[in-house]
Amino acid sequence: MAERPRLAVIGAGPAGLAAALAAAARGVHVTLVDSAAEPGGQFYRQPAPGLRARRPQALHHQWRTWERLRGGLDAHLAAGGVTHLSDHHVWCVERESAGLTVHALLGPDQERPAAVHADAVLLATGGYEKVLPFPGWTLPGVVTAGGAQAMLKGGLVLPGRRAVVAGSGPLLLPVATGLAAAGAEVAALVESADPKDFVRRTRALAAQPAKLAEGAGYAAALLRHRIPVRTRHTVVAAHGGERLEAVSVAALDAEGRPVPGTERRIACDTLAVGHGMLPHTDLAEGLGCRLDGPNVHVDDEQRTDVPGVWAAGEATGIGGAALSLAEGHIAGRSIAARLAGTEPDPRAWAPAARARTRTRAFFAALEGAYAPPARWAEQVTDGTLVCRCEEVTAGAVRRAVGELGAGDLRTVKLLTRAGMGWCQGRMCAPGVAGVAGCELAPGRRLLARPVPLGVLATQAADAPDEDTSAQ
Amino acid sequence: MTNRLCDVVVVGAGMVGAACALYAARAGLDVVVVDRGPVAGGTTGAGEGNLLVSDKELGPELELALLSGRLWTDLAEELGTAIEYEPKGGVVVSATSEGLTALTELAAAQRAAGVETVSVDSDRLRDLEPYLAPGLAGGVLYPQDAQVMPTLAAAHLLRASGARLETGRTVTGVLRGPDGAVRGVTTDRGDLYAPAVVNAAGTWGGEVAGLAGVHLPVLPRRGFVLVTEPLPRRVRHKVYAADYVADVASDSAALQTSPVVEGTAAGPVLIGASRERVGFDRSFSLPVIRALAAGATRLFPFLERVRAMRTYLGFRPYMPDHLPAVGPDPRVPGLFHACGHEGAGIGLATGTGHLIAQVLGGRAPDLDLAPFRPDRFAKEAAS
Ligand SMILES: Cc1cc2nc3c(=O)[nH]c(=O)nc-3n(C[C@H](O)[C@H](O)[C@H](O)COP(=O)(O)OP(=O)(O)OC[C@H]3O[C@@H](n4cnc5c(N)ncnc54)[C@H](O)[C@@H]3O)c2cc1C
Ligand SMILES: Cc1cc2nc3c(=O)[nH]c(=O)nc-3n(C[C@H](O)[C@H](O)[C@H](O)COP(=O)(O)OP(=O)(O)OC[C@H]3O[C@@H](n4cnc5c(N)ncnc54)[C@H](O)[C@@H]3O)c2cc1C
Repeated sequence: MAERPRLAVIGAGPAGLAAALAAAARGVHVTLVDSAAEPGGQFYRQPAPGLRARRPQALHHQWRTWERLRGGLDAHLAAGGVTHLSDHHVWCVERESAGLTVHALLGPDQERPAAVHADAVLLATGGYEKVLPFPGWTLPGVVTAGGAQAMLKGGLVLPGRRAVVAGSGPLLLPVATGLAAAGAEVAALVESADPKDFVRRTRALAAQPAKLAEGAGYAAALLRHRIPVRTRHTVVAAHGGERLEAVSVAALDAEGRPVPGTERRIACDTLAVGHGMLPHTDLAEGLGCRLDGPNVHVDDEQRTDVPGVWAAGEATGIGGAALSLAEGHIAGRSIAARLAGTEPDPRAWAPAARARTRTRAFFAALEGAYAPPARWAEQVTDGTLVCRCEEVTAGAVRRAVGELGAGDLRTVKLLTRAGMGWCQGRMCAPGVAGVAGCELAPGRRLLARPVPLGVLATQAADAPDEDTSAQ
Repeated sequence: MTNRLCDVVVVGAGMVGAACALYAARAGLDVVVVDRGPVAGGTTGAGEGNLLVSDKELGPELELALLSGRLWTDLAEELGTAIEYEPKGGVVVSATSEGLTALTELAAAQRAAGVETVSVDSDRLRDLEPYLAPGLAGGVLYPQDAQVMPTLAAAHLLRASGARLETGRTVTGVLRGPDGAVRGVTTDRGDLYAPAVVNAAGTWGGEVAGLAGVHLPVLPRRGFVLVTEPLPRRVRHKVYAADYVADVASDSAALQTSPVVEGTAAGPVLIGASRERVGFDRSFSLPVIRALAAGATRLFPFLERVRAMRTYLGFRPYMPDHLPAVGPDPRVPGLFHACGHEGAGIGLATGTGHLIAQVLGGRAPDLDLAPFRPDRFAKEAAS
């Protein structure tokens, strides 16, 4: 038998799993590479097996879809068509004449190298949360919305007893209801968007009955848990000495500025805050893939402009799990056809393509409605840290722009060190750009993970290869 | 000129443009600096800040480096902290005794030209640099080697100059009078009138010269730098292997990577930089990064377990004979060039700015500018 074509999928979330199943079903050997201990990505984040969750489905939405994916994966794993490499942190994908090599670091210490060779690579690396700074945001007790959700889903720890969920975006709803279902008192859900904006966008929104039902379900859950919802409000400050004790919340005017006199203090020990998501594009940038704004650019088949490299899911634009599944499926089928040397027939994936079109339109509408208050950066006092790793204040960023001639994110970084620390700007770039009043340009992080120099110094050929052959 | 805006327009707000602005302003000229991007948005923000005399062979570049070094020392008195000036010295080492012989000969010649050098025996190397690899043949200490943070230096020199700064404004043409002399520049946001224009456009200096109708062959030479996680200070000097000097002076287009390793005040160790001529190719090159890491870990084995946090690249402005273009352009009265400094534009910026200010003011320059003449390239003779 001729050797099977090899696909490396980076990211075992909905997009990566859907692609792996679609490609494996069509004779491609798939290596699924993911940094987490278990497959599932952000959405189907698994409770660690040792914790023995009693009813994980109570925390999970679309649990059945997940069971179907998981069942398919298990079957392919058993048959040898898919290899799953967990705890593999990919730091670079290298394109050579002979194909593509995925370079990873193993385990929690990320010190030992591993390499996976493939004929095609799918980037299904998902997204990460965007958090904007405000006075007090660095106090212990302030967590990201996704962080709170991940703690619920993955670790099953109740982050606090009295929580406020704040920011903007569809993610706040499951986080608020999830916290309440797990026993926390949710003192408020503070959403800066204006409900009127949703009414204006009803056409695209109404075209997605499942999504609206999902929203209605959350609305019912909000009611059931008696969670007070404040739209067109924002958290203007978090207060506390050693840790979070309260937040101040204010109404927003039409310009997006807090209305004087509307400020209220709400006691809480947890603030889960999020302002939407941004795609992970480091690996794509290292490969030289074209970006559209913050997203990896793909064509109708989910191909990037770099030969042999596909992308699917939130790396190509934020759009929820259903969109990631549709895109992953299309990518998997396109890859299988292309690696077999045939032109794929898009009619074969027409239902997925329709779901993709619909969901993209829906999220485009949502994105227009859910936005941080236009004037949020004005609320960031000069003394507020905007880059936590390097301890850079908003005042230092403003001086770099006003007095030293910085005009873009890169010069602000060079003049202040904002974004030079451990997170390499992943956390702080949106906040720094906002305070500086400049565009959020892609970071060009050519190393997606910190890499020991000893690993780099070892020639690729000497790095141990993962045994991923399809026996 | 009736609507004259200022005495001189400097094109480029990189390190060289900033130094030209500072010395011209201090010579009493009214200066406007124009850049299509922000301050230090070109190569200045994409390189390192070594101010080296150690890597210069005898000749005009070494003289410019020595002049520049003295000027940096003076500037450090007013701006030292703000620009992170550190007179830390350089240590050049050699693994082999033949290499050491060549290095010692170079050092002797440099000493005769005014460079301070101290020979270091192999058993004393670790007194200077405790974490150096064992078994090196020996080295030379260059106390005059220093460093600045380039972006901070460019920004603070510009601010100290008091020059008007026009960022986000692209120069699209050079205005010339009926006599052919410069009258200013056109930009995407209106004209700027001045009797003198300084081309400090770095790697794009050839394009700006072209706007004035003259040929100046400035070409890109790509370099990558690796930056590690922050560490307690373990590398005290700038440390590099002797073959670096050969790389710098090389005419080969192929990749060269004998890295300079140095600690920074903020903690990370910088490892740089590679040299290759691949045009303006911005794509990431893993083999280049691997070669830098290999060179650095050979010098400092403890680095093997230290993590590289990021890597970045820039394009050095180089000219075919590896010397910059500094001085008036005899082909276009009123046009001055200050570009093409390749891998030494930070270090050579102060001397360049000082010399440009002298010739702008009609004074005799401290150094003979003949080797830096902008019209020295053959193509001109033909055209
Ligand atoms: C708190 C929260 C609640 C949500 N609730 C909903 C909801 O109710 N409805 C809905 O539709 N969507 C929801 N979403 C969104 C949903 O999780 C995402 O749309 C979906 O998971 C995206 O799938 P993906 O496959 O594109 O990426 P992800 O699920 O993010 O998977 C990407 C995977 O790639 C891995 N990875 C990334 N980089 C690397 C690397 N360099 N090396 C190795 N592995 C890497 C990651 O570890 C991850 O496992 C929620 C998201 C969050 C965070
Ligand atoms: C990896 C690397 C490491 C280096 N390490 C060192 C080192 O250790 N020590 C050292 O001394 N040197 C080093 N260098 C070299 C040094 O960075 C350069 O020589 C120096 O930055 C050149 O400065 P400049 O001001 O001439 O050019 P630039 O900083 O590039 O400035 C030119 C400016 O002109 C502007 N411009 C161009 N065209 C126009 C136009 N039409 N209109 C308006 N504006 C325009 C550009 O936007 C740019 O800002 C290194 C370089 C690299 C790439």
